[in-house]
Amino acid sequence: MLAVRNLEVVYDDSVLALRGVSLEIPDQRIVALLGSNGAGKTSLLRALTGLLDVHDGEVTKGEVSLDGQDLRRTRPEKIVKSGVRQVMEGRRVFVELSVEENLRVGGHTTRGRISTNLERVYSLFPVLADRRAKTAGYLSGGEQQMLAMGRAMMSDPRYLLLDEPSLGLAPLMVESIRDVIVEINATGTGILLVEQNATMALSVAHHGYVLETGRVVLDKPAEALLADDDVREFYLGLHPGEDGVRKSFRDTKHYRRKKRWSA
Amino acid sequence: MSQFLEALIRGLGTGSVYALLALGFVIIYKATRVISFAQPAFMLTGAVLTSYLVPAMGFVLFTGLSFLLSVTTAALLTGALALVIERVAVRPMVGKAVFTIAIITLGIDIAVRVVVNGYIGIGARPIGFPWGIDTIELLGLSIQIRHLVMMGTVVVVGLALYAFFQKSPFGLAMRAAAFDQEAAMTQGVSVGSVFATSWALAGALAAIAGSLLATSAGVDRQLWVIALVALPAIILGGLDSLEGAVIGGLAVGVVEALVSTYQRDYAPWLGDNAATVAPYALMLVVLLARPYGLFGTPEVRRV
Repeated sequence: MLAVRNLEVVYDDSVLALRGVSLEIPDQRIVALLGSNGAGKTSLLRALTGLLDVHDGEVTKGEVSLDGQDLRRTRPEKIVKSGVRQVMEGRRVFVELSVEENLRVGGHTTRGRISTNLERVYSLFPVLADRRAKTAGYLSGGEQQMLAMGRAMMSDPRYLLLDEPSLGLAPLMVESIRDVIVEINATGTGILLVEQNATMALSVAHHGYVLETGRVVLDKPAEALLADDDVREFYLGLHPGEDGVRKSFRDTKHYRRKKRWSA
Repeated sequence: MSQFLEALIRGLGTGSVYALLALGFVIIYKATRVISFAQPAFMLTGAVLTSYLVPAMGFVLFTGLSFLLSVTTAALLTGALALVIERVAVRPMVGKAVFTIAIITLGIDIAVRVVVNGYIGIGARPIGFPWGIDTIELLGLSIQIRHLVMMGTVVVVGLALYAFFQKSPFGLAMRAAAFDQEAAMTQGVSVGSVFATSWALAGALAAIAGSLLATSAGVDRQLWVIALVALPAIILGGLDSLEGAVIGGLAVGVVEALVSTYQRDYAPWLGDNAATVAPYALMLVVLLARPYGLFGTPEVRRV
């Protein structure tokens, strides 16, 4: 199990990004992490994958652990080797390399099994197989997202941490990304799905957390979150009690004010 | 015509050495985004090591082979030295401003050269290149053997580097890290070892270049100055392009040779040392037309 407990993250010795976050990703489950911009979602992922250092951040309190083993001082490449992979926000494919070269870099830690892993990733994302010799920068946004996920799957990770995989994608593409997430999970990979698209995230997750200004404010099974009035208002954009009816713009203002009160 | 061809070959010869030096600069720049001013010191170190190794290896079959073995050993040793220096003096600074790191490399350069100077002595040390500045007749042209050796070396080294970066997994990881360091880290690439490898490669290349440069007049304390000619070469070719480094180096060598051959007859008013200035003039012209160099990546950004 991948877990953080009472995690506090500080950037530049001055900016407090996470204030006492506890979260668990059990094996083979999908956990959704919701929250608006600046809530601390990406900081949490960085803490889990050893990338805080790159951004002058550090864990000042709390624990980050994989099966009870401390990860706070572990270097990023060691964390990848132990089976925790992050797909960063904005896809971050190596645009000048070909699709296959991107995937090969993804398999850097498991070089002995590159060809079997390539087969597996190509069957998971058939569109990548068609484009294998193409330069990654010329792929569409959705294809690049698939490449980024496929690249992470090259080391057959135990946990896959996805940072906003639906960002900037067309609704149809979001659906196929969601299907792939379910498929990856079905083969035994635990998933942390960080999303602003709450509808998509909660439709596949087993458990969900809501993060606001560096704190976990809700921690419930996904069905319970879907039924939660606050989540329905703030993340799904629905009137309480009025299923599927979009609120008018005038009301939005009211809700936004209310959210600030509650935060 | 034969005068022109001879000048051309002379230029391609010294240009090959500039290319080796430029490759070192570019490899470090691509991996770390820093221009390492320590390259001249590694060049001097390599040349001095070779000058000590050749006599020690005098026993090997024939003279050419012992020189080859000495240069290879010197390259490996210098590469190892660069590796250690990167680990000790540069790695702790990763993440700091590029300018700061560049100044540190300048300090490393001076420190290493002071130490190495102690092993040179006052005059020039002979490098032990068996043919000196002997020439051979080839197709009616008289060509210095050392220029042929230089060209051969850049071909071999260039092919080896191409194979390393295109075919080997670690070379691929280095290219990936050059595009996006953080993304490479999430792939399990150890960025530390990418930095270390780039320094080791650059050190080894500089050592080979230094040894080859010293084949005419031996190793003296001023040899390192020649490494600075690699700067117009890399800026000409584009800071982040390996092909550009090779072509830039060759271009600088050829321009230098042609100017020194013809300038006295056609433009004597330029004075005696126009050949030294020529690479920089060429650099200026190229930068006016293509500010990112001939093969560099233009900084294009969508905002």
